[in-house]
Amino acid sequence: MSGIGDDMLVDGADETMRVRFVVNGRKVACEVAPRETLVDCLRNVLELTGTHAGCEMGACGACLVQIDGRAVHSCLMFAVQADGARIDTIEGLSESGVIADLQAEFHRRNALQCGFCTPGMLVNAHELLSQVTRPSREAIRDALSGNYCRCTGYEAIVDAIDAVAKARVEARVEVRSEGGSAT
Amino acid sequence: MKPRAFSYFRADTIDQALNAHARAGDDARFIAGGQSLVPALSLRLQAPRLLIDIAHIADLRGIRREGDTLRIGALTRHCEMLSEPLIAEFAPLLRAAAPFVAHPAIRNRGTFGGSVALADPASEFPAMTLALGAEIEIAGPSGSRRVKADDFFIDLFETALQPGELITAVHVPLFRSGQRFAFDELARRRGDYALVGCGILASHTGDRIDDIRIAFFSVGNTPTRVKGAEAALTGFTFDAARIAAAQAALEDDLAPPESDEVPPAMRLHLARVLLGRLLGRLGEGA
Repeated sequence: MSGIGDDMLVDGADETMRVRFVVNGRKVACEVAPRETLVDCLRNVLELTGTHAGCEMGACGACLVQIDGRAVHSCLMFAVQADGARIDTIEGLSESGVIADLQAEFHRRNALQCGFCTPGMLVNAHELLSQVTRPSREAIRDALSGNYCRCTGYEAIVDAIDAVAKARVEARVEVRSEGGSAT
Repeated sequence: MKPRAFSYFRADTIDQALNAHARAGDDARFIAGGQSLVPALSLRLQAPRLLIDIAHIADLRGIRREGDTLRIGALTRHCEMLSEPLIAEFAPLLRAAAPFVAHPAIRNRGTFGGSVALADPASEFPAMTLALGAEIEIAGPSGSRRVKADDFFIDLFETALQPGELITAVHVPLFRSGQRFAFDELARRRGDYALVGCGILASHTGDRIDDIRIAFFSVGNTPTRVKGAEAALTGFTFDAARIAAAQAALEDDLAPPESDEVPPAMRLHLARVLLGRLLGRLGEGA
């Protein structure tokens, strides 16, 4: 992609481009049309349907994934923009076990009903707890302000995230008090 | 909805980006964070033939001191306004505004330069460039230039940027001792567009206000400095009478648009309330 030629300007035609990502730890290459959003690429091409396409305009948060470690809306970027990026979807986060406690707590507290918003909620909660060890309930609500849930009324979701934050802090204190070399 | 088909070009340098735009006959758009442009494309409010990705141009990155100003690269993400020590020290008004910009995931990708270039009248950062007395650094086919924020915002989504030009950085005068700042906005829900928002930067000698810049957003077609209110305060202290005078001056300073949801009188009232709160905080030394 060193220069642009007139042949690159196409009218109406969906000419594809080759893009490469590392998705959930695996190298992936695929052909996409420039107008194809990342969420469509993940779902339709890579068949990673855990990422949900909701509003497709960045309002509902159902499509959150991690790009290079930060939560972003996969409906607000084109797959070609992610060329070369590391992408982690809900499938990858689930398989790695890093959100297992969040998932268990969502389950235990009925923090979901239809489940459509849940992948986005979990990606968001994961990012929040990786940045702030013990967020207040207000901070949790603030962080969730871009994620719509039409079933739960949010209270159980906030409860679940709050409980996981507390449990993680306590787990860390226990490790330390055992006098091990854990850092 | 899905966008109309377009071609995509990832530029490595500013020159590549400008050349690509020129060759596309101006039927092109630059894309950086894309947090406003992608939805506009998806809704087909815009349908360019070519998208030029400027997000990987190294010269558009970075925050550094240059003499009396802080040079904030156009690609600085909103989330970096919250995490960068140079912003906290030398442009604390931007740090104060950043938590109000959209939602966390949008802040992870949206860029400062993109926000200023779009000039959404409801956005926080364009108005803050006014309050800060910033200068916008622009690159274009005919070279580079700088435009004062006061001269940059022309009308609804219209700026001093000419077709084919892009913002390379924003220069903000360094925050110094003897200055105070305040920011707040009123919105129905966190992360929603503000009904009214305001940022203030004031310079003092003791309690005397030597200079004050007050910028509102969500009050009209452009971010707006309220010069009548500024004049009502300059040379005085933040006492109740001067604050009331500044609030009263807003009637002439602002002309909120007709709107069924937020009638002009309501918006003006909210602007007065917000200004009173912020000036009160500044008077307490905030």
